Amino acid sequence: MPGVVNGVVMRLTLRGAMGRRRALLFALPAVLLIGISALLKATAHGSAWPPEVLGTVGYLILALTALIVGGSVLGAEIDDGSILHLLATPVSRRTIVLSKCLVAVALTVGFAAVPEYLGAAIATGAASKLAIGLLIGALAGSVIYNAIFLMLTSVLSPGPALAVGLLYILLWEGLLASLVPGVGLLSAEHYSLAIANSVAHSSALHANLNLGTATGMGIVVSAACLALATICLSGFNVKGDVA
Amino acid sequence: MTTIELRSVSRWYGNVVAVNDITMSIGPGVTGLLGPNGAGKTTILHMIAGFLMPSRGEITVAGRGSWRNPAMFRRVGVVPERDSVYAFLTGTEFVTATAKLHGLPDPAAAAERAIGLLEMTEAQNRRISTYSKGMRQRIKVAAALVHDPEIVLLDEPFNGMDPRQRLHMMDLLQAQGEQGRVIVFSSHILEEVERVAGIIQVIVGGRLAASGDFRAIRRLMTNRPHVFLVRSGDDRALGAALIGRPSVSAVELTTHGLQVRSSDYGTFTREIAGISRDHGIRLTQVLPADESLESVFTYLLAS
Repeated sequence: MPGVVNGVVMRLTLRGAMGRRRALLFALPAVLLIGISALLKATAHGSAWPPEVLGTVGYLILALTALIVGGSVLGAEIDDGSILHLLATPVSRRTIVLSKCLVAVALTVGFAAVPEYLGAAIATGAASKLAIGLLIGALAGSVIYNAIFLMLTSVLSPGPALAVGLLYILLWEGLLASLVPGVGLLSAEHYSLAIANSVAHSSALHANLNLGTATGMGIVVSAACLALATICLSGFNVKGDVA
Repeated sequence: MTTIELRSVSRWYGNVVAVNDITMSIGPGVTGLLGPNGAGKTTILHMIAGFLMPSRGEITVAGRGSWRNPAMFRRVGVVPERDSVYAFLTGTEFVTATAKLHGLPDPAAAAERAIGLLEMTEAQNRRISTYSKGMRQRIKVAAALVHDPEIVLLDEPFNGMDPRQRLHMMDLLQAQGEQGRVIVFSSHILEEVERVAGIIQVIVGGRLAASGDFRAIRRLMTNRPHVFLVRSGDDRALGAALIGRPSVSAVELTTHGLQVRSSDYGTFTREIAGISRDHGIRLTQVLPADESLESVFTYLLAS
């Protein structure tokens, strides 16, 4: 089957991801972020809080949303065996991976990147550099995070993939990246913040990488993760019965 | 002629051998993989379908390797045993989506034909989550047949089906086989395999225990020596009386009674009561000790 992505795979993935009341799970953090922004806009004094809050809490929500979404578009089907129906067709494994990733990115944009922008728009105005910058950074982050987490679920079963993903977000990015020099080079959050900062120009975003490095590393990491996911899916081994 | 070839195929998981050095050739018609649960039938089907890499050996489907060969599925349909399908879809959405994934020019028409073939037209607009197990099986088969494949692999296809559905599925598979397709299905029920398959491959403990048409397999099974556990008022004396009979090949005195090995089931069971009476021995128990399917399969493997 020619084509980089496949519409049928995307529709199946979207319906599967949005089922089982998962949309509520995705929407909750987004509503929370917008609520926090509105509350702080009404009660906080000074203008320091928008980049601090939206750059940390907002991008944490972005990462966690991508973990849930990216982890469910492929991992859940591998875990319950329904992936076999997709694999028993001539659709290339690369097309399957890219199609699922695109759906995951779209969902993350809808449930995390757009609320991030709305929160910033509430705080500083719809056309402010901060709002636009954070949106662009979040769009990039949606791609990079989903590539990473999709790859994780193609390598590990859902439980361990979720655990590793959480460790990556909370420990690697949340703690080590701010303490240990160089760790930021392997941090999707730092790539996203650097891209956001190229528009927002705010030191409060704590973007430690320059735009060129962040963009380059973001592309390399995303491509490598998607390539690895494709290789894993191509060599997918289902569990059989044992004598 | 489309065939499936397995040459010295093995598959192991760590120290556990699931499939052990199997060589077989499967051609047009219906071939049944028969064996007890855990024998390796599913593993074999998964390897043929390219869902599992052989640890050793080679598998070719229609002349090309099955591993890492998605293009193969233009000619192959697969019905996995696991119940997992996209339960949020209706039957017709599932089969139509499969038709589209196969790149068929008229997916809707192909789906309608396949669903009709499996008598699922009435339920096609219901979500698969509302289907019974038998209905899920049938919709999976419809999806596997939607692109009119030359080769169809089915893992325990009769699971969950009521007798009427089972008969219909059997007739369908036979008809597909008679049209020259290569149909391979697995089952642990001899009667299912006997009724449908022209060739039976008996798999026991990961090995190919027997191969042939159902008459040959049935003959092997019925001609095997039978073991009986006999209890009486005087086991030693009864044992001495039995050992001289042509239908008895071995007698062992155990703490639980006499273990008698007979090569002629019918003659032995007719004779034993009379022998006991003639020697004034009271017979209290005659039990076949090896009537399980597992013991039958083990015998086939040993022979």
